[in-house]
Order: sequence, then C-alpha cells, then structure tokens
Amino acid sequence: MRERYEVVIGLEVHVQLTTNTKIFCGCSTAYGSRPNSNTCPVCLGMPGSLPVLNRQVVEDAIQAGLATHCTIAPRSIFARKNYFYPDLPSGYQISQLELPICEGGYLDIETPERGKRRIGITRIHMEADAGKLLHSDDPGVGSLVDLNRASTPLLEVVSEPDMRSSDEAIAYLKQLHQIVRYLNICSGNMEEGAFRCDANVSVRPVGQQTLGTRAELKNINSFRFIKEGIEYEVERQIELIEEGGAVVQETRLFDSTTGTTRSMRGKEEAHDYRYFPDPDLVPMVIDAAWIERVKEQQPELPAEKMQRFMEQFELPEAVAQVLTAERPLAAYFEACTRLHPDARTCANWVMGDVQRMLNETGLEVDKIPVSAQMLCGILVRIADNTISGKLGKQVFDLMWESGKSADTIIAEQGLKQVSDTGAIEAMVDEVICANPAQAQEFRAGKDKLLGFFVGQVMKASRGKANPAMVNELLCKKLRDE
Amino acid sequence: MELTDLTIHEMAQQLREGEISAVALTQACLERIDVTDTHLNAFISVCRDEALAAAHQADERLAQARLAQENAPMLTGIPVALKDLFVTTGVRTTCASKMLADFIPPYDGTVVRKLKEQGAVIVGKLNMDEFAMGSTSESSAYGAVHNPWDVNKVSGGSSGGSAACVAARQVPASLGTDSGGSIRQPASHCGVVGLKPTYGRVSRSGVVAFASSLDQVGPLTRNVRDCAIMLQAIAGYDLADSTSVDIPVPDYLAGLEEGVAGKKIGLPQEYFIPGLDPEIKQAVENVVETYRSLGAEVVEVSLPHTKYAVSCYYLVATAEASSNMARYDGVRFGARVDPGKGLVEMYTATRSQGFGAEVKRRIILGTFALSSGYYDAYYLKAQKVRTLIRQDFLAAFNEVDYILTPVAPTPAFALGDKTTDPLLMYLSDIFTLSANLAGICGLSLPCGRSSAGLPIGVQLLGKPFDEAGLLRTAYACEQTGAWHKAKPEL
Repeated sequence: MRERYEVVIGLEVHVQLTTNTKIFCGCSTAYGSRPNSNTCPVCLGMPGSLPVLNRQVVEDAIQAGLATHCTIAPRSIFARKNYFYPDLPSGYQISQLELPICEGGYLDIETPERGKRRIGITRIHMEADAGKLLHSDDPGVGSLVDLNRASTPLLEVVSEPDMRSSDEAIAYLKQLHQIVRYLNICSGNMEEGAFRCDANVSVRPVGQQTLGTRAELKNINSFRFIKEGIEYEVERQIELIEEGGAVVQETRLFDSTTGTTRSMRGKEEAHDYRYFPDPDLVPMVIDAAWIERVKEQQPELPAEKMQRFMEQFELPEAVAQVLTAERPLAAYFEACTRLHPDARTCANWVMGDVQRMLNETGLEVDKIPVSAQMLCGILVRIADNTISGKLGKQVFDLMWESGKSADTIIAEQGLKQVSDTGAIEAMVDEVICANPAQAQEFRAGKDKLLGFFVGQVMKASRGKANPAMVNELLCKKLRDE
Repeated sequence: MELTDLTIHEMAQQLREGEISAVALTQACLERIDVTDTHLNAFISVCRDEALAAAHQADERLAQARLAQENAPMLTGIPVALKDLFVTTGVRTTCASKMLADFIPPYDGTVVRKLKEQGAVIVGKLNMDEFAMGSTSESSAYGAVHNPWDVNKVSGGSSGGSAACVAARQVPASLGTDSGGSIRQPASHCGVVGLKPTYGRVSRSGVVAFASSLDQVGPLTRNVRDCAIMLQAIAGYDLADSTSVDIPVPDYLAGLEEGVAGKKIGLPQEYFIPGLDPEIKQAVENVVETYRSLGAEVVEVSLPHTKYAVSCYYLVATAEASSNMARYDGVRFGARVDPGKGLVEMYTATRSQGFGAEVKRRIILGTFALSSGYYDAYYLKAQKVRTLIRQDFLAAFNEVDYILTPVAPTPAFALGDKTTDPLLMYLSDIFTLSANLAGICGLSLPCGRSSAGLPIGVQLLGKPFDEAGLLRTAYACEQTGAWHKAKPEL
C-alpha cells in the first residue's frame, strides 16, 4: 500500500543566531537569565520605542545564504506579521515577506534510496523571536510572560518540497545543522530551541504531478521526533486516503510521548497576518563589496573540508566524514597532523580513544584535558619505541585524568619499554622453560602458539617488553632448540 | 508686559544676562496655566515640581555660564510643553487615551532628552486627539481643547493642546507631531507658527506612533525666529531611529533675514477649490501680493494627483495605525480590563473600553485595508499613489522653490460640529496631508483674521530638508505684518 504513494516533504527551519545582542536592540541574548532581565523598551514593545537592526544578524544571514548557494538580495525589506499573543510584545513580529535576504539556494544530500539529491532552498529570511509563556497550575498566578527571548534573532530557512522520505528530511536537516554550527552562527542546541523545525508533509499517488494536501507539523525539537512525526503523519494520511477520506490542510502538533500528531488548528482558523512593510525600518541595501567581505570571513565548509581531508591525508571517505562532522573535532585532528607525520595514526587515535572519551564525558572537543599537543606526545613515544601502542592507551587514560604530559606519566608509572636484549632473553627463556608442552607443540608445527608465548612474555614484563623484540627472540629460541 | 508675553528669543537674552530667572519664568507660566487652562483644557498633566526643579538647575547653569563668560544653550531655562505622546521618564504619558491613563514610561525619547540636555524646562504634557487620530482635539479622553480665540471653537488637531498653549501664552513653545497636518492645521486655527519638518529630520524615538511613515515631530511657536530656535534644538540624525536621515543640520538662524528676492513661489491650482472659505482665499492672496512686493516671483504649478491624497492618506495611515495600536492589549502596560474568562475576552474588554471611537474606527479601517484579498486593492494601491504624489511635488520643485497654499479650507469651526461626520472631518486635512505623503517640509504661518475674529494661516511647503529656506520665506512675510504679535483675550 505504502509503495503506491509518494511522500512529499518541505521543511521550515528556525535557526536561532548566537549574536551577543538581540536583532533590534542592545539587550543580551544570554539563555537562562532571570525572567525579563534582558529587556528594554524596544524588546518590550513600549510605546514610542523603535527597532534598530543589528548588523551582525545581516552578516550571519549572508553567511548562511552563501553556504547554501543562495542569491543575496541587493535590496531587502522587513515586514510586520500581525497577530495577538501575550509573548509578542508589540502585537506584530518583525519578519520578512517580500524581498527576503536570501533566495534560490540548495543543499546536496546523500540518500540511501536515491543517491545524491539536490534539495532546493526557497528562501532564508531574518526575523525576531517571540518571548515565552509559563503557565502555572495555580489560578491565582495564571500565565506568566518572560520576554528575555523576545527579539532574539532568527533565520528561517525554507526548503522546496523536495524530500521524499523522513530519512531524506533528516539528512537535509543534519546537513543544515552542521553548516550553521560550522559557520558559528547557531549553537545548534535543539533542546533549548536554537534549531527548530516545522515540517510540511503530504502524500500523493506515485506518478501524480500535483501536490497532495499538506499538514504542517509544528516546532519539533529533535531529529528523532522529526522522523517519528513525519512517519506517523505519512501513515495517517495514506490510511485516511485509502479509507476514502481526504487530508485537510491544517497545523498539527507532534506529541513525543505517544509518537502521534494531533490537529492544532485548521485552515479556516489560520491567521490573516496582514503582512506589510515595516515603516520603522528602512530597506537594507547589501552591495557586492559587503558580500565579498563576508565571504572572506567564511570558514571552510564541511563538504569542502571532507574532500580536502581525503586528498591531503589520503583518508577513506568514511573516516574523513567522521573527522569533519564537527568543526572543533576536525581542527583537533588537523592540529595533530601538524605535530605528527602519520595522519592515519592521528585519525585512528582521534576517532578511537578521543572520540570514546568525548562520548563518555559529553565534553566539547575544545574543553577536553588532552590537547592535540599532549596526544602527539604519546604518539611520538610509540613511534620511537619508548612504549608500546597498547601502553599508549593506558597513558592516554592517565593523561585524561591527570592532565600530565606523556613523558611524565611514562616516567612516573615506569612504563618505559624494555628493549634490553639480555632482559628480554631472560624472560623468554623463563617462559619457554615453564611451558615445555606448548614449546613441543610449536616445534611440531602449531605456529599459532606463538601468540600464546608472546602474551606470556608481555605479562611477565607487565607490558613493558618491546613486542617486536619479544617476537623475534621467541621465534629464534623456539626454532633453535 | 508680562514675562509670558516674551518670545523665546527675548527670554533667552534676559536669562543669559540675568535680568530674569528661569524659576520666575517658570512660575509665571504655571500661573498663566492655572488662570487660563480651565477655559482651554490644553494640558493633560502639569509637571509643577519637576518644572521648578529643572528651572532651578537652569538658573545654576546660567549663573555658571555667566561666570565663565560663556553662553548657556539657547533653551536653558525656557519653559516648553509637550504633546502627551512624547514619552517622559517618570511622567505619565497618556496619548489622551484611557488606555494609557496611568502609563508612566521608563525612558525619555531622543527629542525630550535633547531638550533636557539644553536646559529647557518641561512644564507639562499637552492635550490632543487620542493617539493623534483626529483633526480637532475633540477625541481626547480628557475632554476637548478649546480655541483661545473663541472657546466655543475647536483648536484644531491633533496637536490642539500644543497650538492652544502657545497662542494663550501659557508657554512660549511646544512640540507636536504632524502626520497629516496635526501641527500645521491647529497652528493655523490658533494663530501660531507650526512647522512639520521633512520626514527623517527629527527623531521619532520615544514618540508614540500613530502612522509611522507619516509622523514627524515639529515645534509650535509664536513667531518664525522661535520656530527656528526650536527646530535647531531637536533636529538631527538619531541612531535610535532608522528612518531619521544622516545629513547635516544647518544653522537655521543664520540666514533667517535673507529675504525672498529672486525666489520662485508656486501656487498649486488644485488647492484653490470651490469649498475654500472666501476669507481664507483672500488672506492667502494677500500673502501672494506680499511676496511679489518682496521680490519673489509667484507662478502657478500643478500637483495633478492631489485629488487622491485624502483616500491615499486614510489607507496608509489607518493601515499603519492598526498595527501600531496592537501593543495595547492589556498584557504588559497600560489599562487592563480582565473579565476573568480567558485571554481573548481580556483583549476584547481591554481594547473595547480602553480605546475611543475614532481610534477604533481607524483600527478597523486599517485592518481591513491590510487583510488578505484586499491588500493589493487598498494598501498597495495607496502606496503607489503615494509615490505619484511625491513625484508631483518633486516635479513642481524643479520649477519653484516653495509652494504656497491655504492650511485649512475653513477657520476653526464650532466644537461638536463635525464629530458626527468623520468623512467631513477627514476633509479638513485636505491641504496638509499631501506633505506627509510626500515626506516634504511644511509650515503654517498666521496671515489674517476672519470676520469672526478667528486666525487664518497660510501654508508654505518646501523641498526635502529645506527647512532653512522655508523659515526664511516665512520670516520675510511675517515681518511685513503684526499677526504674530496678536494676543487672544482670555
């Protein structure tokens, strides 16, 4: 049944910008402050107050537009979106309707079913966020309004209805999420609402050209919920049509506890926002020189960086992808390669032990106790045979706990590799003597037993014996006798 | 001669020389308000204590300046009053609405700050049409303003209190706002000078908005020189108002007496309509003769889209007003009427009881003009017409330096006359609102008296940012007569 339908998804993403101050006033955008402490006459909508555009917001929008292959409008205007709600201080949201700052871009995503797909970006516009309502169960308190978030800058990124499955929607969202984090214009924190998504979902019989009636899923705050919401909505719509019903155009809320969606308001209850150009703000004129200056500040984007890693460090695509997933991790890896010549080894360590500890501790890369320089201190001692690779991992864990250098830890713990032929020979002899039966079997051709002997010698040396020398001496002694 | 009969120019000289004190001057104004305002109702709030404190400070500043042999700023110690839509820290700002009856702003607007910095003494907040919506100052929730020349007549509006207080010599100067004639028309009705500067010349920050793209702050004074002094004090680019324009402010007093010889003045044929009161027509024609005698050339010009101005204006202004009024919802500031039945009921009750009839009418009109399905036919069309009207003026200004017209079709009419017919009321702005649509500057100058003894004004319109020229032209005419010296009997 499902195969007879094509799913059509378009996404509207609200990206909260990380500017220090709000979009139309100088108030702080800090999250978690005392309610209504980051406010002024402008963001409170006080009579007589006027908005003044934050230049950084425009530059962030240009950054986002350039990174998503949009055209930057030479002339762009703000509009008022009029509706009443207690979290909206002036009774209108300052947004953009006609002449948004960015138009006509795209992102290329990799999909399991359809390979590389280009997802169109209709527009990116700037707008002011609303405040927050806190509802008390106590009727004496009622609802409280916190306007700290009011006038926090947002970008709304509107896609074309180009996605055909929840997986494609997630792939697009993750890439957009990665880009805004790379650009350092958004924290990407979905729980705090810094990256929120509305999904327009419809289905149509395969082959039909016209779009089916869509439902809009509002404000879902995790990738998993977006996937669940879309999938539930697709099932619901197909079932409805199969039963002879029709999808109605409406706004639906996703309920994360049940994994279902429910109607919030229908088309007839939809607001008439009475958009019109905001007379308090003059048109924004963005000339080529400004765009050029912003372009110069633009960091290397994930796709470019991945390509470069593959070429420069001869890494497989999968490895390069993991290393470039987040800008700080990629920077950490690159710092390692500047201190240590073997990029593959660096990659293995970053993806192995570093990533493991990041996952365990939940720390950000730039906050971890083992710097790239310290990590390379271990790699150097492995390369020059001071310690074995296995002991290196032990050193890493101690380093994470203590913050001490590799050499200090090696000295303090007495981990220096034993490469003295006499000492190793003595241990080898001892182990062979202690295991005559296994020695016999080895000589009879059971080569696999070499591993057993190596293990025994390493155990005797408490891991410190040079494994290569142990190997060599064991072979010699076992064969010779 | 009483202290209150002095002009700003005279007051400033005597204050600087220590012949009079700011406290004495302020007290004289407060006494004059006490005596006359029961007849006029020009003030909503009189700030007695704050004014006297500011006057004390001004006296100290004047004394210090004398010691240092410097000049204190021109406005130091000069009593002024503000239309009650300029927000003032700690002083309630009502906009003549019940909605803001108890609203005490936490901040000063840019213009108020400038006045305070220059030592002006703010004696009170002036009556007006509610939220500046009206042409007679009768829509105030605090009662109508009465005309000082005949207390049974309207003062004009919406800055009726601003015009009446200056005419009645309660203060030498006031500030008003003009979105469609709200400074010039009451100035004309009350026999004072009123200037609407070019849109963007004076900051709107801290001025409660009626129609944001049309509102402009301006002074009302007894004569042109005082008007120049006041404009000098308030004009200029302001970072807090994106629509203010960053061009230098000239010295408005410097060329004031240069005259009009060789200048070209245009009379737009579309403004001399059949409904124009014959006495006003005569007074305006007399001004034309004066300018000819002063060496100006007077020619006819055409502003062909004038006939669309009233419709255009009431679409743009109401659309913007409907949005600007949305913040008065009872949630954060101002009045709240909560029947306890939920949010929508609170909104409805607050706005039903907080706003007066004219404000509601304009909110409804503007909401309609912006509604989906009507936007293109009304708001968008009006914006296009607005562009044509502006082009009319710019084309005319290629031919002439200034344009001369009547200010209002009739002198002040009786209180209550037009309150029942909003359309008739809207027509009283017919000669003034084009200047707001075009964004140019305009000035109303007293130029005569009707047979009933009511003042008549003439309007001068100038190129964008040519306030200096406008003041010079007005000054030349003013100096040939004595209309600016007349004082109403109260």
